[in-house]
Amino acid sequence: MLELANIRKVFNQGQHNEYWALKGIDLDIPPARVSVLKGPSGSGKTTLLTILGCLARPTEGRVRLNGEDISGLPERFLTEIRRRTFGFIFQQFNLIRGLSAIENIILPGYPGGTPRAQLLARAETLLADLQLAHRRDAKVEWLSGGEQQRVAICRALLNDPQILVADEPTANLDSKLSTEFLAILRRLAEAGRTVILTSHDPLVVESEVVDRVYSLRDGQLVEVVDTRRAWP
Amino acid sequence: MKPWIERQRHLIDFTAQSLARRKGKSLGLLVVYTLLVFVLASVALYTHALRNEATRVLAGTPEIVLQRLIAGRHDLVPPGYIEKIGRIRGVQKIEGRLWGYYYDSVLKANYTFMVATDREIAPGEIVVGPALERTRELSAGNGVSFRAYTGELHTFIVAEVLAHESELVSADLVLMNAADFRRFFAYPAGHHTDIALWVANPLEVRNVGVKLLDALPDSRPILREEVLRTYASIFDWREGMMLALLSAAILAFGIFAWEKAAGLSAEEKREIGILKAIGWETGDVIAMKFWEGFLVSLLAFLVGYVAAYVHVFHFEFALFAPVLKGWAVLYPSFALTPQIDGLQVATLFVFTVLPYTAATLVPIWRAATTDPDTVMRS
Ligand SMILES: Nc1ncnc2c1ncn2[C@@H]1O[C@H](COP(=O)(O)OP(=O)(O)O)[C@@H](O)[C@H]1O
Ligand SMILES: [Mg+2]
Repeated sequence: MLELANIRKVFNQGQHNEYWALKGIDLDIPPARVSVLKGPSGSGKTTLLTILGCLARPTEGRVRLNGEDISGLPERFLTEIRRRTFGFIFQQFNLIRGLSAIENIILPGYPGGTPRAQLLARAETLLADLQLAHRRDAKVEWLSGGEQQRVAICRALLNDPQILVADEPTANLDSKLSTEFLAILRRLAEAGRTVILTSHDPLVVESEVVDRVYSLRDGQLVEVVDTRRAWP
Repeated sequence: MKPWIERQRHLIDFTAQSLARRKGKSLGLLVVYTLLVFVLASVALYTHALRNEATRVLAGTPEIVLQRLIAGRHDLVPPGYIEKIGRIRGVQKIEGRLWGYYYDSVLKANYTFMVATDREIAPGEIVVGPALERTRELSAGNGVSFRAYTGELHTFIVAEVLAHESELVSADLVLMNAADFRRFFAYPAGHHTDIALWVANPLEVRNVGVKLLDALPDSRPILREEVLRTYASIFDWREGMMLALLSAAILAFGIFAWEKAAGLSAEEKREIGILKAIGWETGDVIAMKFWEGFLVSLLAFLVGYVAAYVHVFHFEFALFAPVLKGWAVLYPSFALTPQIDGLQVATLFVFTVLPYTAATLVPIWRAATTDPDTVMRS
């Protein structure tokens, strides 16, 4: 459903420190599955993820979403697609301090102009789903790491996106919380959502939750392994 | 249309929360900003009201007042002068006036005693201005005594208190019957204080003045237009001085506001990155910041303006009165008629709200257009 064709990405082009972070990547992310981008630090995982999630544009190559080429769209349209189609979970969670959990969760709904009551109702459903209803009005800086991540997941799901994108989601979690997080991902994938992660954490890469692993090295895709479920 | 409004509501919500989250910064700015509006609005309201007042005062006065001079000083107009003027073309009406000052040693205040020409006042009765109503606690039907300069005590009944509007003219006024006036001041029979002349055509006023000088060489015609000009120049000069002082204050504020509004903290930059990453457009971020600037400056404007209104019309401009001593000397104490000039409010609004709102928007441009992927790399 999300296809990359010959993706190349350069930083600081034309300068002495010019650096090609991605050197020609072709891949096809399957729908309703959990895919992991793995590789050593600096191999280009995050860079690739930002391109998959429409946060950044490739220097060369094409990005196709559900068969439609979206690499040439103007910023406005790309933002719109990003808001509707993708939910993001960041390594540092990136919640807004000083706001309560529920206020953080409804933020992605603001630009669409959905009435507040509707946003709140949706956020409450998500919170209840992740056993976090009791923390609804707590300021996010008072939440534990695991709770913060669950708030971040709720926020990512607010606009009911097809695709969930997470960069090193377990880097700040212990093993128990990481396992819980993977369980949440499995539920989401089984409910039809596409999940894309980056990780070099063996707990994630070797988890039975994961359906496909892409191995990156020096900006190139070196291996693709299907691990779990039978492909339709 | 509906989603647009809903979206703006969300953005305003968010920005209001942001202001609340950064209480120190927001409050400091609001206080300084409100003070600035307060000072500006106070001066504007005061000068405007004062000028209006003066215009209204002079509107009721005759075009020419003729005084008699002896050794260069104002003296009584002896009998027969009005007849000597005779008929001058263009003069509608001539009237001898009777007025004088009375010092009230009880309250250490000066009153203007005057014979009303436009109304009949019964013997033994007076009509007083609002200042006397206040200081001597008079109201219609009360009796009041004044000790004349001859030493004898005269008692009058207050028939009426003058309306409060336009206190600049009427505050300390005591109107009475001509016979009472002459008796009280032992005023020589047939004499007048000065002569008032009404001229219908403004173009003829100067001509009439010249003819008056011909007929009565020992007199001085005072033209209303000259008085008006003098007033206007006093007001303008005072206002100009105030404005010079103010512009320094505004400049200081500008720098202050620029620093506060323009400098985005690292925290704010981080938040903008997050918002962009979760699907806010550059336009949403800018609109959100616009609302922030607009809300702060609008609130400051409203609070500052209302405070200035109260200051000028209920506390008689007490804070800045010393700066404007000139006017205070012109007239001791009076309450101005409250009035608001739409154009003035609009001008003040434009010069305070717009620059600040703009100042908040400029720096946001760069932050708002940064690529959303930067948030992945903190
Ligand atoms: N904005 C940038 N400017 C310059 N170099 C960058 C930038 N972002 C990433 N890089 C470089 O690209 C390479 C890949 O980075 P990244 O995708 O973050 O790797 P990973 O997530 O696998 O650790 C790294 O060598 C990094 O230094
Ligand atoms: Mg990375």
